[in-house]
Amino acid sequence: MNPSRKRRIRLVVALTAALLAASALVYTSFSAGSDERTAGQLLDAAVAGKTYTLAGTVKDGSVRRGDGVLWFSVRDPHRPVAVRVRYTGIVPDPFREGRGVMVKVQRRGDLFMGEKDSMVTKCPSKFQVAPPRPGSGPASPT
Amino acid sequence: MATVGRALLIVAFAVALYGVGASLYGAFRGGHAWVDSGRRAVYALAGVLTLAFAIMEIAFLRSDFSFNVVATHSSTTTPTFYKATAAWSSQEGSLLLWVWLLSIWSSLALLITRRRVREVAPVATAVLMTFGAFFLMLTLFWANPFESLAQVPQEGTGLNPLLRHPAMMFHPPMLYSGYTLFSIPFAFAIGALVTRRLNAEWIVSTRRFALGAWLCLGIGIVLGARWSYTELGWGGYWAWDPVENASLLPWLTGTAFIHSIMIQERRGMLKVWNASLVLATGTLAILGTFLVRSGILDSIHAFGASTLGIPFLILIGAMVLGSVGLVTWRRADLRSEHQLDSLFSREAVFLLQNLILVALAFVVWWGTFFPLISEAVTGTRASVGPPWFDKYTVPLAFALVALSGIGPLIPWRRLTMASVRRGFVLPGAAALLTVLALLLVPGAWQEPKAAAFAGVVAFVLTSVGQELWRGMRARQASAREPAPVALAGVVRRNRRRYGGYVVHAGFAVLLLGVAVSSSFQHAKDVTLRPGQTARVDGFDIRYVRATARAEAEKISLGAVLDVSKDGKQVATLRTTRGFYPSQDISQGIVGRFFGGERESEVGLRAGFGRDIWTVIAPDLAPLTPIIERGNRTFRTAMVGIMSKPDGDQQQAVAQLYALRDAAVTAVARRWVTSPWPADFRFIVSPLATWIWIGAIITFLGGLLALWPAPATARRRVTAGYAARVARELARTTQ
Repeated sequence: MNPSRKRRIRLVVALTAALLAASALVYTSFSAGSDERTAGQLLDAAVAGKTYTLAGTVKDGSVRRGDGVLWFSVRDPHRPVAVRVRYTGIVPDPFREGRGVMVKVQRRGDLFMGEKDSMVTKCPSKFQVAPPRPGSGPASPT
Repeated sequence: MATVGRALLIVAFAVALYGVGASLYGAFRGGHAWVDSGRRAVYALAGVLTLAFAIMEIAFLRSDFSFNVVATHSSTTTPTFYKATAAWSSQEGSLLLWVWLLSIWSSLALLITRRRVREVAPVATAVLMTFGAFFLMLTLFWANPFESLAQVPQEGTGLNPLLRHPAMMFHPPMLYSGYTLFSIPFAFAIGALVTRRLNAEWIVSTRRFALGAWLCLGIGIVLGARWSYTELGWGGYWAWDPVENASLLPWLTGTAFIHSIMIQERRGMLKVWNASLVLATGTLAILGTFLVRSGILDSIHAFGASTLGIPFLILIGAMVLGSVGLVTWRRADLRSEHQLDSLFSREAVFLLQNLILVALAFVVWWGTFFPLISEAVTGTRASVGPPWFDKYTVPLAFALVALSGIGPLIPWRRLTMASVRRGFVLPGAAALLTVLALLLVPGAWQEPKAAAFAGVVAFVLTSVGQELWRGMRARQASAREPAPVALAGVVRRNRRRYGGYVVHAGFAVLLLGVAVSSSFQHAKDVTLRPGQTARVDGFDIRYVRATARAEAEKISLGAVLDVSKDGKQVATLRTTRGFYPSQDISQGIVGRFFGGERESEVGLRAGFGRDIWTVIAPDLAPLTPIIERGNRTFRTAMVGIMSKPDGDQQQAVAQLYALRDAAVTAVARRWVTSPWPADFRFIVSPLATWIWIGAIITFLGGLLALWPAPATARRRVTAGYAARVARELARTTQ
């Protein structure tokens, strides 16, 4: 076979394979992607059994722990509503009230069940320590 | 001092602009004096920025809170080591670090190449100085590290506790070194395209910088993974977080580049591909810097909301458009000199490996930016998680490791049956035996992917060992040297080749650690009281006792755990969670000591066979009534003190603070004297340590490849290269 024709065929085969692989990638990302929603959007339209990524701020005074379960509410950034989340698994160190979080959830009635180990907490860019004190602070090791 | 720092930034900005102008004027109006002046401007920039960086460092070390950046990222209680490194935990300081490193590496590159690539270098200088001017503009107008405070606070706000880890402190300088070093081949590629000097000379001149960039970026990525494993309290080392991915993208395309340039150097092929790869890598390095700062994607690591997105987008847009335009414009000059002789040749393996690396980069890019893509297409922001990434990256990584073993065994141009017999029999047998041996291990057959991976790793290690053995035997035969001397000699004379083989071996070991530790990992979340035991993967882990430590910097509540197997003690683990004080006065005089940031100290017993990892999450709820009582008591006492005359107040406040300190210590001691159940996460990961061992082998191999060759070998290479350049010149002038 003519070498240039052979090269052209190779190129067409390679490009077709690349196109097919890219199409699979695009298709699976859209089908496997978890929609990011705010608390208000979830309360309005979340379907039971479907997984969503809930994004918002942990509501002040809402955090409770017990029997390895973390309960907290996530506020909507635009509306005065919040959803209650039951979560198990890793709680990132920066997690606390007033901090931005993202967690994968499924609706079960009024409650949202967090997917285990799915929580991401925004790392704070700034960190506050206690104001200056006269002594060296509580320094005695126990 | 802040004023001096600001003045130095202005001078540096002016020097960078002058460097751009002088280099371009010299390049296109033919003035050597202007070209030299432009190059010297880069040296001057490095000098000025070294001074500026030193001023910022001194301010951190002296806790000079008149600098806003010091007041918001350090404190008097921050340990000295972390004071020195807190500079790059801030947006402002990290930008200054970026441009300072750029100036240092650019100076080195231009110094080394001052008598080579004379036509290309001025344009490259202008590109590098444009980057410098851009980052200096950011520090001058958007994120000034020398911004001073009108009212100087007595105490700073401290370094983010999560960043108080040695790995995290070296991670940013290594990443930035990688990014800035990749700017050098990028700049020289632009220079080569603009001046049509598209032979391999610019590649040879900047190859070492590309390898250095690859090495630094790789070390930075691994340090970040190590930090994640030992500091973040979730037990993993890679989460496909956007910021992690941002550093992986240029590393992947950079890896492809340092392989494919060998084909251009040797056979004059893949010129378009190499130019495109290095331009993409340079652009992805800037994209990585941008992603951390823009806040466009949610990440644990980002600097938070930032206004730097638009300037970065303009720069990246210009880089993409310029790169595509230049490659299209010069496509006639980028034609390959030879065609691929056979699909079964080393060139073809390199090309396939390149395609896999680029495919990996595309997968990572798509997954990282999918929230933005999905929002643009469907109007809804969606994200893909680790399972989606794993689905594509695992088979691609598998193929990549296999090719890293196959490549060295295949000759250039065409594979023959004789070379198959010579090269593949032993590694193939080793792979087969490894898989068969693993299938005999109970439970291993349940994870066929891990067994297959182990087989491929055995193939790679044997092929590398075989190549080293053959090289050593050949030298032994010719030089009549003892085996160790012959081995050292053969490696020393061809560091690039054997360094590359060591990198392949290390990378295979690293990925074996990843495959086995993730496939056979056992994790368990339990709640234990002191004296209680949990069983994880055959290990009995007993909560021996609670520990508490109250210091000026933080309060640590933790546990001592005893690990045993079949009644035999294996290890003692210590894990703590640190509670940093808060400045929020609404939490009360005592409460604020427990209400700030938190960070985990992992209990880890690392071993060649397996890692036993644990972290504690103490619940502070039982302390709440005591803390609230303390808050009330001290508030009442403080009101009483305020009613006293001024002279007595100061002494009374000092006494009150001493009492408060004792009270806080006593509250923390409750964790030891009346312990309540605590949540633990236990993870047993087989071969996890081999991830870090593999990384060390990889980087030692990279260092070996980077190390300059002995003078004799270098002369030989240079002579061969000179002959090549002469051939290319003859061809272009025909």
